[in-house]
Amino acid sequence: METKLTFPKKPYRTHGGVHVPHRKNTAGKQSVEMPVPSSVTITMSQHIGAVCKPVVKVGDTVAVGQVIGDNDAYVCAPIHSSVSGTVKKIDKVTAPDGSKVDAVTIESDGEMRLYEGIKPPVINNLSDLLKATRESGLVGLGGAGFPAHVKLNIPPDKEVDTLIINVAECEPYITADHREVLENSWAIMSGVYSLKDILGLKRVIIGVENNKPDAIKVLKAIADNEVDKYDEVRILPLKASYPYGAEKVLIKACTNRTVPMGKLPSDAGCIVMNVASIAFLAEYMKTGIPLTKKRITVDGDAIENPQNVIVPVGTCVKDIIDFCGGYKEEPKKLIMGGPMMGAAVSDDSLFIAKQNNAILAFTEKEARLQEPSACIRCGRCVDACPMCLVPTAICKAVDQKDTKAMLDSNIMNCMECGCCAFACPANRHLVNNIRLGKQIINNEKKRLMPLKEGK
Amino acid sequence: MENKMYVSSSPHFRSNSSTTKIMLDVIIALVPATIASVIIFGPLSLMLIGVCIASCVLCEYICRKVMKRDTTIGDLSAVVTGLLLALNLPVNINPLIAVFGCIVAIVVVKQMFGGIGMNFVNPALAARIVLLVSFPNAMMTWVDAFFYKAPDAVASATPLASDPSAYSYTQLLLGTHGGSLGETCAIALILGGLYLVVRKVISPIIPCVYILTSGVMSLIIGQDPIYQILSGGLLLGAIFMATDYATSPITKWGKVVYAVGCGVLTILLRTYSNMPEGVSFSIILMNILVPLIESATTPKAFGKEKKAKGEKK
Repeated sequence: METKLTFPKKPYRTHGGVHVPHRKNTAGKQSVEMPVPSSVTITMSQHIGAVCKPVVKVGDTVAVGQVIGDNDAYVCAPIHSSVSGTVKKIDKVTAPDGSKVDAVTIESDGEMRLYEGIKPPVINNLSDLLKATRESGLVGLGGAGFPAHVKLNIPPDKEVDTLIINVAECEPYITADHREVLENSWAIMSGVYSLKDILGLKRVIIGVENNKPDAIKVLKAIADNEVDKYDEVRILPLKASYPYGAEKVLIKACTNRTVPMGKLPSDAGCIVMNVASIAFLAEYMKTGIPLTKKRITVDGDAIENPQNVIVPVGTCVKDIIDFCGGYKEEPKKLIMGGPMMGAAVSDDSLFIAKQNNAILAFTEKEARLQEPSACIRCGRCVDACPMCLVPTAICKAVDQKDTKAMLDSNIMNCMECGCCAFACPANRHLVNNIRLGKQIINNEKKRLMPLKEGK
Repeated sequence: MENKMYVSSSPHFRSNSSTTKIMLDVIIALVPATIASVIIFGPLSLMLIGVCIASCVLCEYICRKVMKRDTTIGDLSAVVTGLLLALNLPVNINPLIAVFGCIVAIVVVKQMFGGIGMNFVNPALAARIVLLVSFPNAMMTWVDAFFYKAPDAVASATPLASDPSAYSYTQLLLGTHGGSLGETCAIALILGGLYLVVRKVISPIIPCVYILTSGVMSLIIGQDPIYQILSGGLLLGAIFMATDYATSPITKWGKVVYAVGCGVLTILLRTYSNMPEGVSFSIILMNILVPLIESATTPKAFGKEKKAKGEKK
C-alpha cells in the first residue's frame, strides 16, 4: 500500500472536551535533582500487566540499575533498583489505588554506585530494540504505565505508519513533560529519529498544546533538523483543551483516524509515545541505565515551594514534599497524578512509581467537595464527553444496577477522563458512578465465567 | 500526619457552574420580557408575577417538607417556574386562579414526579393548559396594551385570534397589543434568548429549528410566516419553554427532531384546531415524546463503527 501521508496544518476536529484551568505554575522553573533518600521502597506493580516477583533477598547488596523484580509474563517490565545499598525488607505496602502489593525496601548507602552489568545496548534491528526496551524497564510514562516493548511490538497483520509524540500535557498543574522538552531536547530528538528509523515510519507528528510556546519552539527546531531530509517529522500545535493528551483523542486530532472501540492505537496505524518515554529511550540507548529516575511535578496550594523534582523511583512522597519545603498549610487532599485523573491518597507515606508524574497537595479551600444535587438534564456531560457517550444515561443504568443498559450505553468505552463530572453543574459524581458500573460488569463476568467453562 | 485527608474519586476539579447559577441566568434572560410586560400592561402585571413566584416557592418549600426531603428552593428553579407561568397569563386574571396554576405546576407536575429534573412535562406549560381547560374565559380574555392608561378600554383579542392584518410587524416586535404578559414583546424575548445562548445556558438548536420550522410550515399552509413567528407565544415557547432541560432531549439530533416536531405541531394546531394558540400543546406533546426521541438519537460512541474511517487524502 503506497499512500501518501499528509501532515495536518491544524488539528482535526475532536468531540467534547472541557476548558480546565491550566495552573502551570512550575513551567518556568528548572527541575531540581533530589538528593539520594535514605531508603526507597519499590513496589512490584509499576505497570499494567503481570505483577513482578522480587528476585533479591533481604540482606542482598544491590546497585543502581540492578534488576530486583521480574516476571516471565509478556505484558510486564522488569523493575530495577534506583539506589545502591542493602535490601532491608520485602513485604506488602499500600499502592496509590489502595491495594496491597509486594515491595522491596532498599537502604541507600548514598553512593549511587552503578550496577556493573550496565552497558549500552546494541540495537541493529527491531527485535534488538524490543529486547532493549524490555530490559530498560520502560513503561508508558504519561500515566498509564503500559509496558513500552509491548506497545512497540506491532503485530505483523497491522500496518503502522505514524508515530505520534504526546506532549499535550493537558492536565492542570503538571509540567513534567514541558520541562523534559526544555531540559532534554537532545534526547527527544535522538529518540524520535532512532525510533523512526528502526520502526521504518514515514511520519512523526509531535502533538503539543499551544499553552507551551517555548516548548513548541524547541520542538520545532527538532522537527526542522537537517537529519530529517524528507521533512517527515513535524509538529502540530493543539489548542489547549482537556483531554488532548488522551491517546484516542490525540490520534483523532493528529490523523483524523478513529481507534475502534476496545482496540489499540495500532489498529488505527499509529503508535503514541509520551515525550518523556522517548527521551528516556534515547538516553538508555546511549548509557544503558534502566528506568530508575522520574521527573515529578510537586505543586498545589499547600506546597511551600512548587517545582519539578527528579527523584529515584521508590522515594517516599513525604520525603519529596519535605524537599520542596514541606506543607505551607495543612493539606486536606493529596493527589498522585493530575487533578482530573489522578488518585487521591489517604496519606503521604506512599512511594513514587515509574508512571507517576505529579504530586499535588491541596488545602481545605481547593479540596472541599460540593454536595451533589439532582440531575437537571442540562446535557453538559454529553457535550463534554470525548468518547461521545451519554454519561448521565450510563449513571442512571448504574444506579439501577442494570448491566444490559450499562453495556448498551458503551460504559466500557469510558476512559474516566473526568470531563463529564467537571462540566456537571449539579456536581454529580459521574466518573465514580461509571467506575462502579465497570466493577459491577467485571464482577458479573467473573461470576459467569465458571458456568460457561462448565458447559 | 494526624489530620484526615479527603479521598475521593477523580476528577478533583469541578467547573464553577451550578444549578443555581443556570437558573439565575434564565431569570436574568427573562428580565427584558418582564420589564416589557410592566410597561405594556402596567403595575398589575408586576403584582401577578410576584404572586406567582411567591406561591411557587412556597409550594416547593412545603412539598419538600412534607416529603421529608432536602429543601431545594435555593436552586431558584421554582422562581423560574413561577415567573414563566406568570408570563403566560393574561394580566387581568384573578390572582387566585394564578395561585391554583402554581400549585398544579409545582406540586402535581414537578414534585410528585420527583422534583427538579424528573418532571416529564414543563411545569409552567402544564399548569397553563390546566388553567386553559378549567377557566377558559379567564384565560382567554385579553386586554389591549396600555389599557391601564385608558380605564374604559374594552377587551381585545390577541393577534392570532384576530384578523391577520390587524397588527403591523412593528407592533408585534414591540408587543404593543393584547396577549399574555410576557409573550407580546418579541424584541425582549429575542434579547433574552441571545443572552442564554451567549452564556451557553441553552444551545441555539431548539429555538432556531423551532422558529425555522414554524416559518416553513406557515409558508406551506399559506400563512404569513413572520406574522406567525412574532405573534402568540411562539417566541416565548421556543426560547424559554421548549428549551427546558428536564423536558427536552439532551442529544444534539434529538434536539433537532424535537424542535421540528414542536414547530410543525404549533402551526398545525394554530391553523386547524379551534383554539387560537398551539404552542403550549405542541411543546407538551413533544415533551412526552422526549424519551423516545432520545433513545432514537443516542450519539454513536467514539470508535463504535466496524470499519475505522480512512484518512482524508
